[in-house]
Amino acid sequence: MAQQLFTRDTQAIFWNNNKTAIQRMLDYDYTIKRETPSVAAIVAPTSGNKFEKFFFGPDEVMIPLFKTTADAKAAQPQADALLNFASFRTAYDVTMEALNLGGFKSIMITAEGIPERLARGMNEFARSKGVIVIGPATVGAITPGAFKIANIGGTIENIVNSKLHRAGSCGLVTRSGGLFNELSNIISINADGIAEGVAIGGDRFVGSVFIDNLLRMEQNPNVKYMLLLGEVGGVEEYKVIEAIKAGKLTKPIIAWCIGTIAKYYDSGVQFGHAGASANDERETADAKNAAMRKAGIHVPGSFNDIPEIISAVYHDLHAQGIIKDIKEPHMNICPKIRRSKEFICTISDDRGDEATYAGFPISSVATPDTGKGIGDVISLLWFKKQYPKWATDFIETVLKTVADHGPAVSGAHNAKVTARAGKSVVESLVTGLLTIGPRFGGAIDGAAKYFKYADDNGLDPKAFLKYMKGEGVPIPGIGHRIKSLKNPDLRVTGLMNYATEHFPSTPLLDYARTVEQLTTSKKENLILNVDGTIGILMVDMWRALGYSEKEINEFIESGTLNAFFIVGRSIGFIGHVLDEKRLAMPMYRHPMDDILYDVPVAEKI
Amino acid sequence: MAQKAIREFDAKSILAKHWDKYFPDFTYAYETVMVQNGSELKEAAKDKTWLKDKSLVAKPDMLFGKRGKNDLVLFRDKKPGDVSLEKAASWIDDKSSSKQSVYFSFDGDTPTGDASVDMLTHFIVEPFTPHKQEEEYYISATCVGDDDMLYMSAEGGMEVEEGWDEKVTEVAFKITDTEAAIAKKIKANIPKDVAKADKDAFGEFAIGFFKAYRELNFAYLEINPFVMQGKKIELLDMVAKLDDTAGFMMVDEWGSVEYPTAFGMEAKSPEVIAVEEADAKTGASLKLTLLKPEARIWTMVAGGGASVVYADTIADMAGIEDLANYGEYSGGPTTGETKFYAETLLDLMTREKDPSGRGKVMIIGGAIANFTDVAKTFTGIIQAFEIYADKMKEIDLKIYVRRGGPNYEKGLKDIKEAADRLGLYIEVYGPETHVTDIVRMALEK
Repeated sequence: MAQQLFTRDTQAIFWNNNKTAIQRMLDYDYTIKRETPSVAAIVAPTSGNKFEKFFFGPDEVMIPLFKTTADAKAAQPQADALLNFASFRTAYDVTMEALNLGGFKSIMITAEGIPERLARGMNEFARSKGVIVIGPATVGAITPGAFKIANIGGTIENIVNSKLHRAGSCGLVTRSGGLFNELSNIISINADGIAEGVAIGGDRFVGSVFIDNLLRMEQNPNVKYMLLLGEVGGVEEYKVIEAIKAGKLTKPIIAWCIGTIAKYYDSGVQFGHAGASANDERETADAKNAAMRKAGIHVPGSFNDIPEIISAVYHDLHAQGIIKDIKEPHMNICPKIRRSKEFICTISDDRGDEATYAGFPISSVATPDTGKGIGDVISLLWFKKQYPKWATDFIETVLKTVADHGPAVSGAHNAKVTARAGKSVVESLVTGLLTIGPRFGGAIDGAAKYFKYADDNGLDPKAFLKYMKGEGVPIPGIGHRIKSLKNPDLRVTGLMNYATEHFPSTPLLDYARTVEQLTTSKKENLILNVDGTIGILMVDMWRALGYSEKEINEFIESGTLNAFFIVGRSIGFIGHVLDEKRLAMPMYRHPMDDILYDVPVAEKI
Repeated sequence: MAQKAIREFDAKSILAKHWDKYFPDFTYAYETVMVQNGSELKEAAKDKTWLKDKSLVAKPDMLFGKRGKNDLVLFRDKKPGDVSLEKAASWIDDKSSSKQSVYFSFDGDTPTGDASVDMLTHFIVEPFTPHKQEEEYYISATCVGDDDMLYMSAEGGMEVEEGWDEKVTEVAFKITDTEAAIAKKIKANIPKDVAKADKDAFGEFAIGFFKAYRELNFAYLEINPFVMQGKKIELLDMVAKLDDTAGFMMVDEWGSVEYPTAFGMEAKSPEVIAVEEADAKTGASLKLTLLKPEARIWTMVAGGGASVVYADTIADMAGIEDLANYGEYSGGPTTGETKFYAETLLDLMTREKDPSGRGKVMIIGGAIANFTDVAKTFTGIIQAFEIYADKMKEIDLKIYVRRGGPNYEKGLKDIKEAADRLGLYIEVYGPETHVTDIVRMALEK
């Protein structure tokens, strides 16, 4: 049997996106300086979101959302506590699914009023699987300094007041959630706080009962004495008495059963929880209190005398040296006022004396004496890294290379036509930019994607060609209108020479060259063109800079390669627009004789 | 409370509805009606001709047993089995016309304890079933501890409880027992006194009975006696409780079943019914029981556990004569729900002054809440104060507040300010004061 319910590494899957309760858990985590949030995933069957934002101290963290427990468990297999916040209608199904999935050590169920027969079956099934069930109808459990379930302990201020942020020496077990909190407070005032606490739940049939929790606490070296708060109804307290008699419980126990008033009324008056109803004399609070007192348990005269008895037991154990003084740990303080941010910015900051690019003041990269160029600015603002000079020079080379390709290409043409319609520079520019896509400029993306795919999967050039044929697309980055190996594109030659000389290595380019050998053997102009070379060398650059293949794939998928083309070609487009303005060219109308008119009369349908 | 008693008529109706599923080898005529007076019975006879054709048995159907010993079973006019429709109708009208005394316990045929006195309002009427004593059997099932228990006896009728140990066979079942294991265990434990020729049939019936108990979510099910004549079954008397938490999945299975107040129990006041209705509509919890509405100490306590501790403490320190109510609100009720709950209590407590001239006391107590917003719920209480302030002053009400939890500082400050503004006597304490200490303070005034 595990000695402790939870550790500082315990993580939970939270079933139902109960934001207040989850936030309370993360506030607790921050306060006790946990390294990981105690909630690893949230199951929200009807949500379309992928993440939910929460505060972690002053910062915010994203916790992933899943539609099913199975998905959440697959993504976060280390999370071995399920916090089942489903309603009484679905709580049973959620628990049974989790038990069948396996991998959970504990399941907490908050719903009150699960059908009794279902609850009994569920509790028994969990027991057979060795899973600790806390609840149903509970506020949860806590291992101070390690992990707390949902709302137990209340606000973070109350938690610190009640010393629930670090382990004390009492093991606390109650039925009631509200009185759990009250007793934590009383224990913190009269002793040194609790080492572990469980509110077992108010329903008639709960999973782990008093004795299960006390036996675990008996094994927990942090627990020096235990406090049990029972209620009228049921016979669970007698199991504790049996365990004491059998020598299975040896630590001092303080206990009290509430509901002594019930004896004055007939069974028609239901005091407290569903489980709180005496079916015979043995189940009354008075009988249980008397029996526990007889068994050597410290039983006060009334609830009001509990503080006194706690103080006495604690000081006795302290005097014996069994309980040592606790050095109060340092803790974080959660900021009182936090507002969730609408936007997140991780690249630049204009709040200080001088605005910065990824931490560098603009003046430190702007003027020529800084030795920094536009490649450095891009590396800071796009990638939040300081790239080495060979890489920033390469980026600049790319921008310069793609800056323009004459007035006839469709992007430049569109920009020119718009400028001649009397539109402004920005309007004309974006008309040109909007042309960029899969056919215009897109070959850079495509080349990087497909060549990288072939290289990653170890396809030889022949297999790659076959694969591309299967995809039904020409290989992006291969082919030129007029250039060939014999009549090379000097832009390409320049890029390749630079890379060969300055890159630490160029594995993807080397691979692409073997593909080029094969394609040019079929047709002379099927060379690696400038788009293909840029895409491929960008991948080689990132590889040499130490990015993982996953990160590089994300760059490709997010359109980062296209971005280089967009920035570079904007220079050319603006040039064409200014050219039109300078020439004051009139509105353009396409010559009609350049259009094939073929317009049949529409058929009636 | 999860276990709720239902009328004999409803219990029979539920079993009849699912008869063929659980008792395919047996027949049950389901000749039974429930009426509130004689004319209803005659009206029913237009459809149910057996009421005219057969001689009848009539008895109250109001959740109490020992009706025979209380002389409340009509089965004879001049001789056993000669009760006509006319006679049954006039008997029902007679018995329901004035309050009746009913004893719940007997020593032999002598009643013990005090009688409950109340009106009889519901009667069940069925055909008189001539049968031999040896055709009567006893069977019941319930949950004890972690196990389901099945009790069977070859001897049915009122006497089974006297001499229980000799007459009744008890069999315990784990919740995890399979159908096959259950059937095997029942067959192996048929009471010895069941005639050899009837053992198989008894076993089959017991298996079906126990399955119906489990699958239909009964918390308690007793037939005492049932009559078995070959394949023909008569359910002469039944007692049943349902696990009402299963209600959401038993809508079709149970049909329209009601949970009546027990005979002799004061009918629920409209206020209590209103709180119950509000409770059913919210995810939070609102509970109210009136113990002694003329008493001087009223509690409005948050939390199922804390409310009991307050009640214990008041009983210890003041005695139950002074305790007017028991109740609790918890689970994060809204401001509106809390206002309604507070209004209900204030309305009840301000109706009469304390007869001995003492002021009344309102305990607004609670432990340190886990998640209920104290300021929000207290806003509801303050709104109720505003409505009842004058009446509260008339009865010389002193208010004692103790609470902790989310936003408690604001809640305590608000309620203190409101009471001062309205001229109400109030003392306000937070988590630094022991939870029930305000009871002592109130009693010392």
